[in-house]
Amino acid sequence: MTGAGSWSLGEQDHRRITEQLNDLLRESNARCALLVDRTGQLLANAGDQLQFDPTSFASLTAADFSANDQLAKMIGEPEFASLFHQGEKESMYLADVARRVILVVLFDQRTTVGLVRLRVKQAVGDLAKLFEEMFQRGADGKPALPSLLEGADDEIDKLFGD
Amino acid sequence: MSLVNFTSREITCKIVYYGPGRSGKTTNLQYIYGRVPEDRRGRMVSLATQTDRTLFFDFLPLELGSISGFTTRFQLYTVPGQVYYNATRKLVLQGADGVVFVADSQIRQLDENIESLQNLQANLLEQGIDVRTIPLVLQYNKQDLPSDLILQVADLEEQLNFRMVPAFGASAVVGKGLFETLRAISERVLRKLSEAQPA
Repeated sequence: MTGAGSWSLGEQDHRRITEQLNDLLRESNARCALLVDRTGQLLANAGDQLQFDPTSFASLTAADFSANDQLAKMIGEPEFASLFHQGEKESMYLADVARRVILVVLFDQRTTVGLVRLRVKQAVGDLAKLFEEMFQRGADGKPALPSLLEGADDEIDKLFGD
Repeated sequence: MSLVNFTSREITCKIVYYGPGRSGKTTNLQYIYGRVPEDRRGRMVSLATQTDRTLFFDFLPLELGSISGFTTRFQLYTVPGQVYYNATRKLVLQGADGVVFVADSQIRQLDENIESLQNLQANLLEQGIDVRTIPLVLQYNKQDLPSDLILQVADLEEQLNFRMVPAFGASAVVGKGLFETLRAISERVLRKLSEAQPA
């Protein structure tokens, strides 16, 4: 597991990621796809409009994956690279990408878990390459962040204003 | 692990409320949830046992507002405080940008506070993080209890705050000291994030 480094997602990276997700949805006939980082933050999503709170969903996804990671270690596996949750109508397939990100695919009876698994496997390879590239680039070439302290006090006051 | 999205101009940071069992971590989040305007908060998620003890975590997303043109969000998490939940505690701590340590001011809980602080240090170290470098704020909760049951803030400072980080006396059930705590950790997290970014 990586330490607490910061993430920056540039416009171009975001576009390439979303393109990958759209390709995956088209080829697998799944409903929607989300990318969540291991700490529970939503990075990107594509497909049908989400009918749930994406922030909670992302935090629970990360928790789900982390808990299963620990279970894997307990039975002597380095990891469970993918998880499948089967519902009556809706199902979820989760897969690890480059040990930093989780790909979540939601699908229904219009496709099969076999097809989803196959397409996810390919997408994971492509996304992993993309993320590796992003990590290697590191902080170079990223836009600078302005000072975040100016105005922060005011916003916190507003948040707790009477 | 903060996330800066330059496309949607959003910043998201993770703040973890840590501390011994029953020190008031969940109460902190519940009170904040109840006081913050609806459009500034998301759904609060609690993974608790049937007796309302935190099993995995509580989660509360807050929108701080627009800072320097970026929509800034904080995700508040609590860890399960009970000693035997250390495995899940480690998972929640992963990628934290800042930690609020909620201590129980009761005299009989002093050892639990110290043990939990040491546990925090050990769990951070396992992730390669030095407790001296991560933004940290202490909160001495339950200061509303009768004075013969609790340690005063000055005593707690001496016992727990050897890193001289910002610390606040608090009473989570009535909300006293909670916003001061959140403000202090927010400032420290944002300052660290500003410093970490390339100029």
